[in-house]
Amino acid sequence: METLNLLMDGFSHALTPTNLLFACIGVVLGTAVGVLPGIGPAMAVALLLPVTAGLGPDTALIMFAGIYYGGMYGGSTTSILLNTPGESATVITAIEGHKMAKAGRAAQALATAAIGSFVAGTIGTALLVAVAPLVVKFAVNLGGPSYFGIMLLALVAVTAVLGSSKVRGFASLGLGLAIGLVGSDVVSGQQRMTFDIPLLADGIDIVVVAVGIFAVGEALWIAAHLSKAKTTTIPVGAPWMGKEDWKRSWKPWLRGTAYGYPFGALPAGGAEIPTFLSYITEKRLSKHKEEFGHGAIEGVAGPEAANNASAAGSLTPMLALGLPVNATAAVMLAALTSYGIQPGPLLFEEQPQLVWGLIASLFIGNTLLLLINMPLAPLWAKLLQIPRPYLYAGILFFATLGAFAVNMQSFDLVLLMILGLLGLVMRRYGLPVLPMIIGVILAPRAEKALRQSLQLSNGNPIGLFSEPVAVVCYIIIVLVLALPLFAWWWKKRHPGASGLIAEGVDQTVEVAERIGEGETVQGDMRAYLDEHGTKIRENGRPVGIATLPTKPEAPGANDGDEDRGHCPGSDARPVSASETERRQREERGRHSE
Amino acid sequence: MTTAATARPNRSELGLAALLGVVGVVAIVDALGLTSATTTSDPVGPKAMPIAVGILLLVCAVVLALQVLRGGAAEPDAGEDIDPTSAFDWKTLALLVGFFLLNAALINQLGWVISGAIMFWGSCWALGSRRWIVNIFISLALTLATYYGFYFGLGIKLPAGILTGIL
Repeated sequence: METLNLLMDGFSHALTPTNLLFACIGVVLGTAVGVLPGIGPAMAVALLLPVTAGLGPDTALIMFAGIYYGGMYGGSTTSILLNTPGESATVITAIEGHKMAKAGRAAQALATAAIGSFVAGTIGTALLVAVAPLVVKFAVNLGGPSYFGIMLLALVAVTAVLGSSKVRGFASLGLGLAIGLVGSDVVSGQQRMTFDIPLLADGIDIVVVAVGIFAVGEALWIAAHLSKAKTTTIPVGAPWMGKEDWKRSWKPWLRGTAYGYPFGALPAGGAEIPTFLSYITEKRLSKHKEEFGHGAIEGVAGPEAANNASAAGSLTPMLALGLPVNATAAVMLAALTSYGIQPGPLLFEEQPQLVWGLIASLFIGNTLLLLINMPLAPLWAKLLQIPRPYLYAGILFFATLGAFAVNMQSFDLVLLMILGLLGLVMRRYGLPVLPMIIGVILAPRAEKALRQSLQLSNGNPIGLFSEPVAVVCYIIIVLVLALPLFAWWWKKRHPGASGLIAEGVDQTVEVAERIGEGETVQGDMRAYLDEHGTKIRENGRPVGIATLPTKPEAPGANDGDEDRGHCPGSDARPVSASETERRQREERGRHSE
Repeated sequence: MTTAATARPNRSELGLAALLGVVGVVAIVDALGLTSATTTSDPVGPKAMPIAVGILLLVCAVVLALQVLRGGAAEPDAGEDIDPTSAFDWKTLALLVGFFLLNAALINQLGWVISGAIMFWGSCWALGSRRWIVNIFISLALTLATYYGFYFGLGIKLPAGILTGIL
């Protein structure tokens, strides 16, 4: 009951003209950012951080949340009409959604994505309302040792679970922690890693780090490999759905939500895994299995819902614990910190207006998004025609403006470029960005928690294990780190025992990875793998990838040439012999880890 | 492993490993220079965290270097506008970095309106836009709009530089 009253207060706060205006700006910007290539919600929020210095923290966060949700909506439009998933979470949408669009059902694909996102976002936000206060109630009594354990768990989970290469994940984390160390030590006041440069004494502004890594790094990386192909999208009218589509969509929406929310709330859960799981589930349960791979509406409805529900899920630990679990949440937390607000479980008590206004604005933003996305989808698709030089020069321009406006020092611009080049190097060598940015944010807080805990126990390391939550966290950390070893041992003991489910996930991931590399998928996933080669398994472990040297002329893939007309930029190239070699090398590289 | 290493040796990633190692060493050396004030009120002291981070980075550097030498290759980031088959475009990159740093050097003297416009115009040029007269107007419109937008909308006064008094 108390929660409902607070939520009502939140609504009255979110519905004030200013906040409503910024919620609108947020969802419009978010949708644009989701549609545009090269920009994601994390980058958009980072670019806007300095601009919001003049706004109140609650208004700024309301806008950011609009951008976050809007980005999810916009991303699906691109993947359906263009078959180029902007982020890994919309890869699955691209598989079925683009097939639907080519079959003339783009309107239905967009509709089920938009309505599914609305349903999932609304249920997800309702779950946030229900779950977050419980988490807070549990968390307010936790002390330093528990927080240190939780933060360490978040860092290890984000680093070790996501991404294909663990050493690159940890390298990224290490760099982030090192950047977080720069500045004055909180306890002793000594300068660390400042190299006697007075401008570094207060540390590197988190705005500069976020803008440098997300905006400048990304723009430079794309500029170095800019695709010269012209984009053409499938023309589409206003989205709508028939009765049959509704009947086939509503269950996948709900199941997708059920996958998305919990995974979103976990560190390293993210949005990709629930979209894969949702896709596999829908395929298994569908009465129209034969349509999968040719544009099954369930394959759009479920994953899109999962995607959006995970966004709501990721806000739960962010608000209740001050724990960022993905890049956008991390940048939003950085915004809170720059307002001098301490994130953590006390946030609900100290800033009820901010928290509940934000949650209420999520409901409002979701509704606004449905309203602006359903009739305006064709208009949004036009954004894809923006000339690329303007787009990427614009990103650099606004990055400069934002980073400069914080302190008005050209030193910050030099720093921004150094961080941007670091971002470029990280993208070139496949270092994930997420561990780094979370490392930057959590490094000072984790250190503080560590020193507090040991202060209480007079330096006895036992003090770190004095709370049950901390012990549980350490056990999970050990499990997370030991799991790959165990899997390796299991495969060795049980050769050829790779289960069907595991194989299914493997295949989905494999196909998704290839789409990410610019290939288009023809027909059923199984058929696709048969044609383009699948991992050869020897004693249950993959030893390489068998491929046909040329583009297969199999009847199942006959619409290939039309395909390429519709999806430039993703030049459907056959897997060549040298490509095979490269893959095999990668396989071995991964295996030797 | 041997065939993989000889097939197409791309050892440039060793540079990344070296970078990690250097940052790690710097963190540790810097930490050792701190005065250790391990009192009862702060048994951990300011050194522990940087040393731990430095060790983490050094371990990563060694493991990464070993992997690269054994033929493991990185998987570069993909994206909508990225053509993974194209060669790394050093020229565009150098031009972009150049115009960016030029702006950093000139912003206080020339002011945001002029130096920002030069940067935007130059970046468009570097990225392949050849409509250079149109771009001049677009650049100036952008910087003027942001200058006044920041001034009236946010109360932030960007440097006016040589246009002080005119703007």
